[in-house]
Amino acid sequence: MIGDWVSIGYLISATLFIFGLKNLGHPKTAPRGNRLGAMGMAVAIFTTILEMNLLDEGIIGWELIISGLVIGSVIGYIMAIRVEMTGMPELVALFNGFGGAASALVALSESWRYMYENDIVPSGLELAVIYVAAGLSALVGWMTLTGSLLAMFKLKGGISIFGKWYRTPTWGPSWLNFVKVSLFLSSLILICMSIKDPTNENVLWAIIIISCVLGILIVLPIGGADMPVVVSLLNSLSGIAAAFTGFIISNSVLIVAGSLVGASGLILTFIMCKAMNRTLPDVLFKSFGGSEKATLTRTKVGSDAEEVVMMIDGAQKVIIVPGYGMAVSQCQHQVKEFADLLKSKFDTEVKYAIHPVAGRMPGHMNVLLAEANVPYEQLIEMEEINQEFSECDMAVIIGANDTCNPAARSGVGPLAGMPIIDADKARSVVIIKRSLSVGYAGVDNDLFYEDKTMMLFGDGKAMMNNLNSALKDL
Amino acid sequence: MITELEIIGSITLFVLAIFLGFELITKVPSMLHTPLMSGANAISGISVVGALIGANVVFDGGDTQLSGILAFVAIVLAMINVIGGFVVTNRMLVMIAGKKKRED
Repeated sequence: MIGDWVSIGYLISATLFIFGLKNLGHPKTAPRGNRLGAMGMAVAIFTTILEMNLLDEGIIGWELIISGLVIGSVIGYIMAIRVEMTGMPELVALFNGFGGAASALVALSESWRYMYENDIVPSGLELAVIYVAAGLSALVGWMTLTGSLLAMFKLKGGISIFGKWYRTPTWGPSWLNFVKVSLFLSSLILICMSIKDPTNENVLWAIIIISCVLGILIVLPIGGADMPVVVSLLNSLSGIAAAFTGFIISNSVLIVAGSLVGASGLILTFIMCKAMNRTLPDVLFKSFGGSEKATLTRTKVGSDAEEVVMMIDGAQKVIIVPGYGMAVSQCQHQVKEFADLLKSKFDTEVKYAIHPVAGRMPGHMNVLLAEANVPYEQLIEMEEINQEFSECDMAVIIGANDTCNPAARSGVGPLAGMPIIDADKARSVVIIKRSLSVGYAGVDNDLFYEDKTMMLFGDGKAMMNNLNSALKDL
Repeated sequence: MITELEIIGSITLFVLAIFLGFELITKVPSMLHTPLMSGANAISGISVVGALIGANVVFDGGDTQLSGILAFVAIVLAMINVIGGFVVTNRMLVMIAGKKKRED
């Protein structure tokens, strides 16, 4: 009887999750989707507490339960409120690691009970199901934790230990793939061994250690622009870990919510790969760029801000193309000021061209520019804005390279087939960049050397400030 | 004690939910990739339910059963994931979608 009500509570919760995820995929309904998800979570937690209260012995662990809920909520809330807009991708990676670790800890807690706390060790089919689920939950969960932590430091670019800054390495010779596969297989073998010998502590530790190492080895070879794909994949994995945990305690809402996140996270991973014209196996197993960078043979004379401002005088339409460099130098406020100055001086129409993978995370540019109060209507997605470049007086590219490299149209090389911003079709082009160096894909950019292109060499923020003061002096 | 019937029921749920998850997400505009990831990530903190059940042991200072302590840590981590995840997703969506509404 009580069990029926609990099942209905979990059913409501699962339904809310389904609608939440569905709504999160559309711009108009996304905020509602997020609220539905949060409601689903609240229903699941209350149902569980209610169920435990109605058990034979009732809730005997109020102290641990309430303090755990409160401490976790407060820490999570403070972290989410205090994070800068630019730090959000890292925070998502960190939260994701915590989620994976939580699933793995539940699995460990259950196994511990069988080993040391005199609970009756299950037998037969029950033993097999619980130990396979606990083993897989540990494997995926610990892997998600270490992988996400490394991903977080990679997104940050490095780690500061006692005031010294260490860059996060990217390293992955091809033989490392064999190590990964053999570690994975050996953990599966260990899981089988754990069923044969359910009270052997060493097997348990071995699974945990192998999973932690595996998580690091999977993320280690993956570089900058592929990080969002990896974080998305880790997100999918943390869902799967929760689903396996559901099998251990035979809990329907864990299984449903976990596998929903696992499956939809995987689809999102594929969508993100497609936007970058990459496949998941390529991201995971092939080191990309980095090693074989094209050597530069051409040179280009840099321009200065005054020169650019002379060209821009009286422009009717300017399209700004922000990229990774804008995020690094944090110059979105200067960019907004630049747009406002153009508008007030020459009544110029200013728009922003948003490439799907510009920056470190999809949507990164939208978030940064929104922080600087750029009106939403001026942020135009790539397919739409590309038709407008032919009637545009000037394209201002701020720290973007591969996303507007015409080499992508040629059909050969690493960029082949990647959709790009047609900045080269504008009447003139200004590129703010530190140097002529190649982008992430390691391909030289013809756009730099065109006659209509002016290069402003330097930090994004410094250059935008120069442009703004030159505009004011005009 | 988990019965055979329960196990088959669990596997059925698992498989159906996986298929549903595949169908749920079809075309997502790129600006929503990060919020969707973050929102889904908050939902994966559902393991808090398992942690709650595991933490139902008598608190007895240093002598508390280790399985309960482990589950307590799991509650904390899962709640950081859940609350932090939903709040940060909301902040992102206010930045991306909220501005649009205000302009309308």
